[in-house]
Formats: sequence, structure tokens, C-alpha cells
Amino acid sequence: MSRDLLFEIGLEEVPARFLRAAMEQLQDKVVKWLDASRIGHGEVTAYATPRRLAVWVQNVADKQEDISEEVKGPSRKIALDESGQWSKAALGFAKSQGVDPESFTFKELGGVEYIYVTKNSVGVETKSILSEGLHGILTSMTFPKNMRWGAHEFKFVRPIKWMVALLGSDIIDLEITGVKAGNVTRGHRFLGGEAVVISEASAYRDVLREQHVIVDVKERQDMIVAQIENLAQEKGWNIAIKDDLLEEVLFLVETPTVLYGTFDSSFLHIPQEVLITSMREHQRYFPVLDNQGQLLPFFVTVRNGDRRSLDVIARGNEKVLRARLSDAKFFYEEDQKLQIKDALSKLESIVFHEELGTIGDKVRRIRRISDQLSAKFNISADTADSVSRAADICKFDLVTQMVYEFPELQGVMGEDYARKAGEKEDVAKAVFEHYQPRFAGDAVPSTQVGSIVSIADKIDTIVGCFSIGIIPTGSQDPYALRRQAAGIVQIILEHQLPVTLSDVFGIALEVHENIRALKRSTDEIRKDLKEFFGLRVKKLLSEDQRYDVVDAVITAGFDHVVSVVSRGHALMHAVENVEDFKTVVESFNRVSNLAAKAGKAAVNSELFTELEESELYEAWQAIRNDYQAALEAADGERSLSLLSGLKGPITKFFDSVMVMAEDEAVRANRLALLSGIDGDLKRYADFTKLVW
Amino acid sequence: MNFQQMILTLQQFWAEQNCIIVQPYDTEKGAGTMNPMTYLRSIGPEPWNVAYVEPSRRPADGRYGENPNRLYQHHQFQVILKPSPDNIQELYLESLERLGINPLDHDIRFVEDNWEAPTLGAWGLGWEVWLDGMEITQFTYFQQVGGIDANPVAVEITYGMERLASYIQDKENVFDLEWVDGITYGDVFHQPEYEHSKYTFEVSDVKMLFTLFNMYEEEANKAMNQHLVFPAYDYVLKCSHTFNLLDARGAISVTERTGYIMRVRNLARQVAATYLEEREKLGFPLIKKGGAEHV
Repeated sequence: MSRDLLFEIGLEEVPARFLRAAMEQLQDKVVKWLDASRIGHGEVTAYATPRRLAVWVQNVADKQEDISEEVKGPSRKIALDESGQWSKAALGFAKSQGVDPESFTFKELGGVEYIYVTKNSVGVETKSILSEGLHGILTSMTFPKNMRWGAHEFKFVRPIKWMVALLGSDIIDLEITGVKAGNVTRGHRFLGGEAVVISEASAYRDVLREQHVIVDVKERQDMIVAQIENLAQEKGWNIAIKDDLLEEVLFLVETPTVLYGTFDSSFLHIPQEVLITSMREHQRYFPVLDNQGQLLPFFVTVRNGDRRSLDVIARGNEKVLRARLSDAKFFYEEDQKLQIKDALSKLESIVFHEELGTIGDKVRRIRRISDQLSAKFNISADTADSVSRAADICKFDLVTQMVYEFPELQGVMGEDYARKAGEKEDVAKAVFEHYQPRFAGDAVPSTQVGSIVSIADKIDTIVGCFSIGIIPTGSQDPYALRRQAAGIVQIILEHQLPVTLSDVFGIALEVHENIRALKRSTDEIRKDLKEFFGLRVKKLLSEDQRYDVVDAVITAGFDHVVSVVSRGHALMHAVENVEDFKTVVESFNRVSNLAAKAGKAAVNSELFTELEESELYEAWQAIRNDYQAALEAADGERSLSLLSGLKGPITKFFDSVMVMAEDEAVRANRLALLSGIDGDLKRYADFTKLVW
Repeated sequence: MNFQQMILTLQQFWAEQNCIIVQPYDTEKGAGTMNPMTYLRSIGPEPWNVAYVEPSRRPADGRYGENPNRLYQHHQFQVILKPSPDNIQELYLESLERLGINPLDHDIRFVEDNWEAPTLGAWGLGWEVWLDGMEITQFTYFQQVGGIDANPVAVEITYGMERLASYIQDKENVFDLEWVDGITYGDVFHQPEYEHSKYTFEVSDVKMLFTLFNMYEEEANKAMNQHLVFPAYDYVLKCSHTFNLLDARGAISVTERTGYIMRVRNLARQVAATYLEEREKLGFPLIKKGGAEHV
């Protein structure tokens, strides 16, 4: 026999951002409890709306499964005393297991005999333990923020208003904070009934649908998306449904009805990022675009209710948006009255970090680092001037009213205001781009100027933090240093910049050292930086390469990021696609194994006695210049192909030459030859790390 | 419904729910929460139900009477119920209906908004209530007040009267709101808005304000040492308002700011602790009278 279980917790409106996780948590706890209690069950479905969390379990067994388990006791030696009677230990075991010692059996385990008892427990009725089980589930729920209410000590995400707990049609006895579980739920706050009977657990979803509550999250989401798409089609609009906004709106409504409103097109002269941000962040509206991606003077919102009086609601929302956009317009116009130089002087009073000074101090460091990077990059004097200017003004928009209101518009406003203030195009663009990449998957700066200032800003933060001991550990990374380091690596890679990581570290360290005495030695900081960036490079390579390939090329060095990536790609390709590449690597590894025995002597071609060793020597010498050039050009494919050409001579060498010759000088010379080749191999990768 | 009728309606409604209707407090403050009828009375075990209008000053929001939505001084209608009753959301929605807002014709939502007043050492969880996208009310379950755990928990409902009125009267500009027939909000408040803004941003004597801050702080401590909670708290409020004036004038740097906030918070916490002690000495007299019954 089995019946369905329904557990609904009715709440005052739960924060939208907690709901999905809370729903999953409730489902998880119920399933774990059923399994641990040996209660068989069928499919489990969880529901959530702003006012309720619920779980519906189909075909819950009426009784726990019976079990028979064997429990191991003390060994025979301990269980029986000298006279063959049960010892105290054995009697204690019997008592603890609630059995008569007569029921003991002996069994051997690993050559020792132990006493065992077999315990049979008969499953009890599910209904008799559900009340305790649900209580445990309810009180063990956790949320990012909990609260107390009334005179209760109990904490929960929001006050509990009602509970439904049913097994089939039987009510499960459950009470918390004065709320007793029953079979009565509530419908939509305004459209539904205040006391709605759920006669049977399995009827839950349909009963609530009649009460204007769509409990199924997916169903609600589909309704919203379909309504938005219909509207878009009807009007010929392009309505951008951003996932996180949809997720939030989804958990703000029990019955979704999509409606739209309009705003005065005179607001459209404000940059569209500003309008979109204001609509999204303040009002949770979906912006409306045309097919060219240009913003139109409309917005789309989702009402928690039916279609009644939608015109009133649209008008109300229009009024609110008008006030919001008027504010934005005011900020936009006021901000443009602010001179960049006055904005910059205000940066002197904004603290970046107590020990690292103000934003003004940071900007001066960014300028110095940027200029030194420019010098390395062989760029035109004109571009170098733009880099200097962009570095100087990259943070000025932080003191504008718009960025104060919408911090996520930093850089976006700076670019717009800089252009309007008459800055050069590449400078204005860099004010935005220097923040890129802003999140995982974001683009890197597209321009040289933006790339240089971006690297400078990021390395300044990283070196500054490392110098005062702020180094990310585990989940602790308050300054997002990992993302910034990954950003630097991506920029170098994307633009194939001729710079090593140690160059970048060195420049930033020197700039910091020239300003203040560092708390830690530069050697220590450099070591930490190397390790930190090593992990970022490794992570980046691992996105499309095997871990052993990544290990192999990283061991050969990652200071030159473009090179390590190119080497990695070429090696990955060879490992996966080149026939017989395994034999190439085997030949390399034979070289490496013996090279380990070599002394310090250099190769002396006069000492060769066999043809094959001269041939190997010559083959190696013949590729050296090209190999060096290919490595410097970060051409992984070419360098690997040159190395692979040595396979033939290496194989012949090992087939015909006895490396460990009796003559000490000959032997040392042969080892020196192998050691020389091994040295070149290891500049590419540690091939011994490859796994076949 | 004009502004005055709205106030009278809300007073009448909450009086029916057994709230004491008190009058605005006579010391400058930034929010109705700072009225001792809320800040002090929400501390400790005694039941307490009160409602009042609070003119609230936010010097930095002054716009010389030129901005249609921002004001140096606005009006909050404040309700405190301790312990928070189970049907508080329903009571609140009923109050909106009294103001002529039928929920079936609007989109009313409770959107998460957690409240924190760093200068008061107070925080709570709750919502902002949206009426067709407009925030009209702040709804908070106090969790801590003056650094003391709220037990039982008081719920605070703060109606933003100008916002609500602009919706009910369908006006774009706050100064066009009808206060009573023939008298607008602007008639009553435009001149003070302009003058206070000008004073705050251009005229106020920064040196004097710094001196006043220190004097008020000293006086608050003096009163507190004598266990005179209410006088001490008046000076805390004066410190807070003086700080707001200085802040609006741009006289306090970012680094100093935290320091001043901490000084006010420390005072507020001490007052809170002393209030609880004094009430305990009195035997928490309101417990004996029992809490008001709610519908």
C-alpha cells in the first residue's frame, strides 16, 4: 500500500533570490529522510512561489521496510572467560543490543572468531514517524538570512503562516510557532481563497491552479516567456530576456501576467546602458529593443495577478519610470558639467585600501606601470601618449553621480563622458576597456591602449594586495584577484603580447617599491605571484587540453604565456592525432632517462667513435637555430615538429651505440650529448609527464 | 483623497487596531524610526503599539524645491507593533484599501528589502511594498535595536506619504499635491524646502556644527551617566542631525565618516542599554497592562 505525501510551508513573501535553492533543499531533505527511514517512494516534485515551499512525493510506502542486520561483537577470546562462561564484555554486548546471549553465533573474520547477533526490526507505519520526520526537516532548513518574529525564538527565512502536511488524505500532526499543519492552504493573495482545502496530496497542483497560484516553477517560467514572446511578435519587438532577471521575476509572482508600458522618447538621448540598467535594477523591467539592438521607448513588466486593470497598472509603472529616468537624466546632465580634472582631484579623497592609499594613489601607479609596459611593446609615440592619458583618467567616473547610483556602469559612463569632453577616441574607449574582462566569459579589451591600461590596473591591485599579505585562499578572494590575474593572462594571449609574466611582475613591484617600503620581500612576493599566475595559466590551458599535456608544458615554463599555450596546443594535437607520436615521445624519454646520469662536461665531437652518435649530434645541431627561433616566436607547432625530427637519429643511436661504454671519457661524452638534447627537449615540455 | 485625509484615515485605521496615536517628536530626525516612541520602546519585553506621523529631515536630499520627487523634509507615517501580530500583512493591506487602493486593480508586491541603520545599531528584515512598481512602504521586522536582540520582535511599517499621495492624487510633482482643498503641498512647504536647501548647502557654519557635534556628544554622555535616558537620547538625535548637516555640506571626508557614524552609534547603543536597565528597575510596567488585542 502506498499513498502520496504533501508538505507545504506557507510563508510571508520569501526573498526571490532564496527560493530556488530553498525548494531544492526541501526536496533533498525529504528524500534523504525517506531513504534513511527506509520508506519506499516514487517520484518527488518540489514547488515554490513567493508565499510557499512545497514537496509532493508519490507512492510513499505505508510502512518502513523490515530489516534484518547482523551486528558484530567482541572476539571469542574476549567473549568467553576461562571457564567457558560469557564474560562481562559479552553480557554487556548482549544488553546493548537488547538480545539474549543464547542467540549469539560465532563467525570467523580474518582468522579470528567473533560473536554476532542478528537483529530483526519490523518497520513501523510511515504515518507514525512522519510527524517527527517533517519537524526535523523543517527545523533543519537553512537560509542565507533568517529572522525571528512575534514572541517566538525559532528562526526561519520569513514568518510561517500555515502548513499543509498530508499523507493521502490524512493530516500529519505537526506544529511550529503556534501554526498547526492541516489540509488547508491559501490561494493567491488577492485572487484566491483564504482557506482552500486540499483533500488529497496528489490534488495540490491543480487545486492551487484554480486558486490562481501556479506552483510549478517551470510552468510559471514558460508562461512568462511565452507571454513575452507573444508580445514581442505582435509588436515586432526584440525583448531581451536576461536570465537573472527572469529568475527573479519568476519568484516574485504566483500568477504571472505580462504587460508593457512606454516612456518619453526624449529620454533616449541618455546612453542606453543607463536606461537599461535603471529599468532592470530599480524596476525589474525587461527593456525593449528593435531588430538593430537599439532601445525603444517601451518596457515590459510582469504583474502578480490577472489581466484586470492592466491599463491602471501600466500607467502607475510609467509614472514611476518617468521619475527614475528623470533622475538618470539629471545625473547625466550634472555629470557632464564636472570637468575631468576636478573629478580626478576628488579621487584623492577616496580610499582604495588603507595600506595602499587612495584611488588617486592607485591612478598614479597605473600611469607608471602603463608607461613602462608601453616602452616594452614597440608602439607608436602617439599610442604611447594615449596610454598615458587613458591611465591618468581611467578612474575619473567613479566620482560621478551616475556611477554612484549604478556602480555597474563604471567605465561605461567614463567612456561616454570622456568622449563628450573631447578626449581622443582611443583614450575614451580605454576608459571602458580597462575594466575588461569584467566577468568570466567577458571580452578582453579590443585596443592596444585598453589592453595596456587594463593589465596595469590589474597587476597594480594584485601586487599591492600580495605585498600586504592579501592572497586568495579557498573561497576567500574579496578583491577578485583570481579573476584579475586570469584577465591579464587572457589579454596577453589574445593580443599575443611580447611580454613575460616576470616582466609584468617586475614593473609593478618596482613601482610599488618606489612609493613605499614593502612589508614583504620582493623575492617572496615574486614567488607567490609566480605560483598564483601558474594556477591561472593551468586553469586556462585545462579548458581544452588534457591535464598531462598541461603539466608537461607548464613544467617547461609558463612565463611566456603565448608560448606555453602554443606549445600546449601543438602537443595536444600531436598526442591525439599524430600517428606514432607515442614512439617519438618514447625516444625522447630514453634520452631524458640517461641524461639524468650526465655530468657537467660539454659535448666534444672529437670523442665520437660511432657513426650513429655523430649523426645524432649533427641532426641536433642542424635544428638548434631554427628551434630557438621557433620557441622565441612562440610557434609550438614548428618547434615540436623540429624536435620530432630527432626521433630517427635517436632511435638509431640507441640501437647501435652502447652509451655506458667502458671508456670513461667516451661514456661521459655520450651522456653529455644526451644531456644537451634533453636540455632542449625540456624547454618545450617535460615529455615524461605524458600518460598513454 | 487629500494629504490631510490620508493622515486622518491612517490614524483612524491604526487607532482601531488599538495603537496609541502619538504626535511627531520635537527633535530633528532623519526617519520615524528615530523617534523614541520607536527606537526606545521597541527595546525590551513590554508590548507596545503606536502610530504617528513623522516629518523626517534628510539634508542631503534637499533640492531647493526644484526637484519633483526629492525633499529636504518628507513625511512618514509610522506604525510599530510589538510583538508583531500574525496578521500584520493583512492589516497593512486593509489600511491600503481604506486609502482607496483596491488590490485587484493594482499590482501589490512584497519585495525583499533589508533595513539597517548604522547610526542606531539597528537592523531588521522585511520588504519594500510595491504599488504598480512604486515603493510606497517599508516593512521591517526588527531583529536588533541598539545592539540588543529584539525579543519579542517589533514590526515597523513606514508609509512614504508623499509617494503614496502622488499616486493616489495622480500628481507628477510633489509640490502640486493637495494638502486640503485649495492648499497645495507647495503652499505649505515650498519656502522651507528652498531655504533649508540653501542653508544646508551654502550657508551653514561648518566650524560651529563641528563644535555643536562635540558639545551634544558630551551632553549626551553627561545625561547618560545620570541614567537620564530620554534627555540623553535627545542629544544623540541632535548629534545625528548635526552629522547629517555636515555630511550634506561635504565637510566630512570618506575616512572621517566612519568615525562619526561610530560615535553616534556608540551613544545610541549606550542609551538603548540604559533604557532597558531603567525599564527593568521599574518592573517593565507595560507587561502587567498586557498587550493590545488585535483583530
